[in-house]
Amino acid sequence: MTFLYNGSWEGLLCVYFQVFNENQSPDAIHVKMSSSVSLFSIGEEVPLIDGHAERVQQKLRKTSPRFLNRLFKIFLSEEAGREMLIYRLIRLQLQDINRALADFRNPDVRLSERIEKKINREVHRMHAFVRFQRTADDLWLAPIQPDFNVMPLIGRHFEKRYADQKWVIYDIKRNYGLYYDLERTEFVEMDFSMNGSLEKLSDEFLHAEEKGYQKLWQNYFESTNIKARKNPKLHLRHVPKRYWRFLYEKHPG
Amino acid sequence: MNAKTLEKLKILADAAKYDVSCSSSGSKRKNKNGGLGNAEGMGICHSYTEDGRCVSLLKILLTNFCIYDCAYCVSRSSNDVKRAAFTVQEVVELSINFYRRNYIEGLFLSSGIFKNADYTMERLVRIARDLRTLHKFNGYIHLKTIPGASDELVHEAGLYADRLSVNLEIPSEKNLKKIAPEKNYKEVYDPMNYLQEQITGYQGEKKGKNKGRLFAPAGQSTQLVVGATPETDRHILSLSESLYQDQELKRVYYSGYIPVSDDNRLPALKSPPLLRENRLYQADWLMRFYGFQAEELTDESEPNLDLRLDPKVCWALRNPWLFPVDIQKAPYEMILRVPGIGVKSARMIITSRKFGKLREEHLKKMGLAFNRARYFICGFNGSLKLHDWKPEVLKTHLISSTHQNFGQTSLFNA
Repeated sequence: MTFLYNGSWEGLLCVYFQVFNENQSPDAIHVKMSSSVSLFSIGEEVPLIDGHAERVQQKLRKTSPRFLNRLFKIFLSEEAGREMLIYRLIRLQLQDINRALADFRNPDVRLSERIEKKINREVHRMHAFVRFQRTADDLWLAPIQPDFNVMPLIGRHFEKRYADQKWVIYDIKRNYGLYYDLERTEFVEMDFSMNGSLEKLSDEFLHAEEKGYQKLWQNYFESTNIKARKNPKLHLRHVPKRYWRFLYEKHPG
Repeated sequence: MNAKTLEKLKILADAAKYDVSCSSSGSKRKNKNGGLGNAEGMGICHSYTEDGRCVSLLKILLTNFCIYDCAYCVSRSSNDVKRAAFTVQEVVELSINFYRRNYIEGLFLSSGIFKNADYTMERLVRIARDLRTLHKFNGYIHLKTIPGASDELVHEAGLYADRLSVNLEIPSEKNLKKIAPEKNYKEVYDPMNYLQEQITGYQGEKKGKNKGRLFAPAGQSTQLVVGATPETDRHILSLSESLYQDQELKRVYYSGYIPVSDDNRLPALKSPPLLRENRLYQADWLMRFYGFQAEELTDESEPNLDLRLDPKVCWALRNPWLFPVDIQKAPYEMILRVPGIGVKSARMIITSRKFGKLREEHLKKMGLAFNRARYFICGFNGSLKLHDWKPEVLKTHLISSTHQNFGQTSLFNA
C-alpha cells in the first residue's frame, strides 16, 4: 500500500500515526505531487490531523530523544526512500528499545547512522563556512547553498553566537532563510534583486568598512599559510571546491 | 582599517604561523551577557590553508620585536626580518570584526619578548581583558604565557583566556640551552605548574567567591619542535606523557622543524620532517584515546617510530602473543588495540554483539579497516586460520600493501 503526505515533517509523522495505529504495512510513502499524471499521485492521502504528529514525537522521544533527533535529520537529508527507512527504524525501535541505535549488524541502522553523520557534517560546515557581510544599515547577510536542507538545524548556533547583531542566513538554492532581529529567529523568504544578487551586493548597499575587512581577511589567510608544508589533497578534502563560492579568502584580488 | 594595519597583519600573522596549535575546543564559555560570541561548543575550523591546516583563530603576534635569540625562531633578534607591533586597539578591532563575520572562533595571541617578560605579558592580558569586559566578547581566547612572567599576571590571564600555552619548544633542556641561550625549562615549567594548580583550584571550588567562575576552562597546551635537535621519539613521547599526567595538559603539539634560517646551530634540512610529525601525532592519539603507555609505543633498541607503518600496527607486531583477539568476547580495551579498529568501530562492535553474533559481512561494513584488522582478529565466520604468523613476514606484507596496494592474499599464496 502506498501513502501520500504533504511533504512536511508533521505530515509524515501523521502517516506513521495512522499506519501504526491501524496496523497497516506501507510499501511506499511519497510526497503528493500536484500534477495529476505523476507516478507519485496514486495512493492513500494522509491528511494533517491536529495532535497526531506531536503524539508520535512524544512516544519516540520517550524511547530515546537521540533516536527522534536522528529521524528528523534523515527527513532533512532529502535522501530517496527516507520515508520508508524511517518507518522501518520506528518499527525496529518499538520492537526492541534502542536496538535501532545500537545493532550495527542491521543495514538500516548502519544507513541511518551514515545519513546522520552526513547531515551533521553539513551542519558543521555551515557553522564554519557562513560568511557575513555587513550592510550599510547594519544587517549581517550570508548566502549559503548547503547540500542538504539544514537550515532548520543551524539557527540556534548563530543565535547564541551573534546575539547582539541582526543577521540573515539565506539558502539560495531552496530560496528561504533565517532572520534574527535581536529577539527571535524566524524563517523568511526575501528578494535581493534590488541590490544585485545576494552574492554580489552593490557597494552602496554594503557598510563602508566591509570591503576593507574582506581584504584584511584575504590577507591574513595568505600570510598564515606555510609554503613548505603545501598539501593540496588534504586541503581539498577539508574544503571541497563547491564551498569556495562564498569564501572570500579563496578569491584574492 | 588602513594600509598600515594591513601591512602589520601580514608581518605578524606570518611570524605567528609556526605555532601549530589551532584548537578552539574544550571551553565552557557561554554567551550569558547578551554580548558577542559563544565558546561552549566544539571547535570549528573556519577555513583551511593550502597546507591543509585548520584556520580557527586569528593567530597573530602582538609584536615580532624580540630580545631573545632562539635559533629555531623566525623572530629571533639576530634575524633580518621586518618588524612591526600592533596597538591594543588594533588587535581588539580585528578580533571583533573578524568574529562578527564568522571568519574565526576567536583570538590566539602570542608575542615576541620586548623589554621583559612581565611587560609583554601585561600587554597580552590587557587585550584579553578589554575584549571580555569592554566589548562583552565571549569568543575563544588563547593566550601565550610568556616564560618568566609573574604569577599575578599569569593568574589574570587565566581569568580572561579560555586556553593558555607555554611552549617547551625543544624536547630536552640540554639542547634548548644550546640553541636558545636565554631560555631554560624552569621558566616554562613554573607558570605551567602554577596554572595547573589554579585550574584545579577553580574547578574544585563549590562555594565561595570563585564558585562557577571560569579560569582557563580549556586548559593548557604546549608545543615541541621535532627534528631541530637529536632527541628520539621515545624520549619525546615519554616527555609528552609526563606533561599529560603531571601538568595535566590538554594537548601537546608537535611541529616538524621548518628551516627558517641558515643559523649554524641547527641542522640543514631539505624539507620539514612531516611524516615523522604525523607518526608522533598518531602515537600521541594512542596515548590519549586508546589507553597506550608511552613506553609501549617504541622499543629501547629501536627508539624511533617506524615511518613506514603506523605505531599501532608496529606495537601489535612486537606483541604477537596478544593476538588474534576474539571479536565476540574480548573486552573493549583490547578491541581498541587492534590495528585497523578505531574508537568508533570498537564501540559499534561492543554494542552490536549484544544482539547476536558478528559476521564478516557486518565487520566489513562497520567502518573499520578490515583488510588490516583481519590479521589480528578471530571468532567470526571469515577468520583467517593463521595463528602462527611471523611478525617479520606480516610486517613486510603490510608495508607493501600500504604503499603499493598489493593484493591482500599474497601472504598466504606464498
